[in-house]
Amino acid sequence: MFRIVKYVLYDILQNRMVIGYTLFLLAVSFGLFNLSGEATKGMVSLLNIILIVTPLVSIIFSTIHFYNATEFIELLAAQPIRRSVLIWSEFLGLAGALTLAVSIGIGIPVILFAPNATGITLMLVAVALSVSFVAIALLASVLTRDKARGIGVALLLWFYFALLYDALVLFLMFSFADYPLEKAMLAFIALNPIDLGRVLVLLQMDISALMGYTGALFREFLGTGWGIAFAALVLSAWALIPILLAVRVFRKKDL
Amino acid sequence: MRYFLLFTHLLFPHWLAATNGWHIGPGQTTSNIHQALEQAQPGDTVWIHEGFYTEGNIAINKPIALIGIGFPVLDGQHNCEIITINASDVLIQGLEIRNSGQLSTIDLAGIKVLSSDRVRIINNRVLDCTFGIYLSNTNDCLISRNEVQGVIKEEQNSGNGIHLWKCARAVVEENHLTGQRDGIYFEFVTDSEIKYNHSEQNLRYGLHFMFSHNDHYHHNRFHHNGAGVAVMYSRQVKMTENEFGFNWGSSAYGLLLKDISDSHIWKNRFERNSAGVYMEGASRITLEQNIFLENGWALRVQASCDANTVRQNNFMGNSFDVSTNGSLVLNTFDSNYWDRYEGYDLNHDGIGDVPFRPVSLYAVVVERMPYGLMLMRSFMVYLLDKAEKIIPSLTPEMLKDDAPVMQPILW
Repeated sequence: MFRIVKYVLYDILQNRMVIGYTLFLLAVSFGLFNLSGEATKGMVSLLNIILIVTPLVSIIFSTIHFYNATEFIELLAAQPIRRSVLIWSEFLGLAGALTLAVSIGIGIPVILFAPNATGITLMLVAVALSVSFVAIALLASVLTRDKARGIGVALLLWFYFALLYDALVLFLMFSFADYPLEKAMLAFIALNPIDLGRVLVLLQMDISALMGYTGALFREFLGTGWGIAFAALVLSAWALIPILLAVRVFRKKDL
Repeated sequence: MRYFLLFTHLLFPHWLAATNGWHIGPGQTTSNIHQALEQAQPGDTVWIHEGFYTEGNIAINKPIALIGIGFPVLDGQHNCEIITINASDVLIQGLEIRNSGQLSTIDLAGIKVLSSDRVRIINNRVLDCTFGIYLSNTNDCLISRNEVQGVIKEEQNSGNGIHLWKCARAVVEENHLTGQRDGIYFEFVTDSEIKYNHSEQNLRYGLHFMFSHNDHYHHNRFHHNGAGVAVMYSRQVKMTENEFGFNWGSSAYGLLLKDISDSHIWKNRFERNSAGVYMEGASRITLEQNIFLENGWALRVQASCDANTVRQNNFMGNSFDVSTNGSLVLNTFDSNYWDRYEGYDLNHDGIGDVPFRPVSLYAVVVERMPYGLMLMRSFMVYLLDKAEKIIPSLTPEMLKDDAPVMQPILW
């Protein structure tokens, strides 16, 4: 299995797109930290970029990579290698490469400009989002045979998580405005990795004072050891559940 | 200032004629304050030399001057009030007063003045006292250049730094107040002036006004207080050139205005407060030429406010510029600088050609559903705000600045 992961990883790391992505993240992070002069402000701007860009790049890149590797996967499938090993290797290779890109692209500027709890949270959120969206991309890819349609589904999924979901939550908030939704909001936030990541980072910043009662509730919950464990669990579930489903589908898939 | 000069002039002949000076301290005629006070005649000066005095409560019942040399320490050992003044025309200067007692039935203070006029309290240090300087039913008093430092306790067990109750024409200037419940507390205080004070890190308010009319406070700094500054149930209060900053917390304000009318807020600086100014039941208030910098909300105007004018202020870097809880708008916004303004100025007269609506859709959502703040900085919220700017539907349409200026206002 590790040999296959190594092949996938090498293949991806040689890809110009990953190198470009790393450089892009580096440039954006350095730019934002230098432009805003103040680490906190740079962090807020960087957060906005991370929440949009890392999921988008992860999901699109993984989908394209998977379709481009169809022949490689078919070849390996003909060998005495279990299919679950194959798809796990793809996942680990992709997740590893993108984690590396994010760690360099965001990690280095964060360590240089804002080596504090907020910075580390931001960094971990970026990694978690990358890994989750690789898993989601693989699930989408194994479910659709056609490459164009697969990329379309991936884009739609990104669109849903990054934009539509918040609109839906807003809509629900309006519809059920008469009910106490504080605890429900916690569930809504957990149902979207991007939202969970955003709230985790914002709670680290002093902006959380604005969030009033709900913010206090969230901080009380997510600020404790159990809360952090819960957030970590939910974020890992967002990577594990899609990839486990993908493994299941891929095992029975007619290649 | 006028009154100060007046009563200084009245007092001075006394002083010059004061034949008796009593010296207290090691190596002096006496080392007992009580004894010296008993012998002193009205108009005398009592000098306390450097040293450590634990004489319990010191009551002053005649018009004398009590002056410390080299900050003698008067320690209450946590079981009494330290100086109680029951006479007019008393001067207290240059003392270090420490460790008053604490009772739930009586407000024990470092220096308490009861029903006496023209008392001056100048350049003292009041450390770890429940109440610092406490004036009750006094007129024409001066509290100047004192350092009041409390030890942070829970709110119900601590007192105010400078506490004035039912006073008129008081001057409170250049004091430094920290670690108390309220830095400065005014209740039923009229025609008074608070200036150049520095009130920070108090448990509740930096300055707390209740039922105090015709007062003027200016050039003060209120930083890092639990809930900022509160001005309530008052009218004709002038607040000018103060700094309100870093009052950060889920129910903290730079300036809280509640049931206050006919007041003028001019040239203040509101920086990094959860809410710069929170107005409730405020009428006929002018907010002019203030700076609102990086607050959560710059202005929270409840629908119960009417006939207020917000003019020529700078709004920069606030998360929300203005928020309100109703659609009825009875206040005027005019000629402010808004950093969010995206309009144009075709004739280059410095005034934007399209009105600016400072209440964003998201601010309305959050006002109605506070838990909506969980979507803060979401991309969707940003998009919706943009859409709302073009076609206002939920935001109060009449709440707008018709003549937003293009550049920050400098004066």
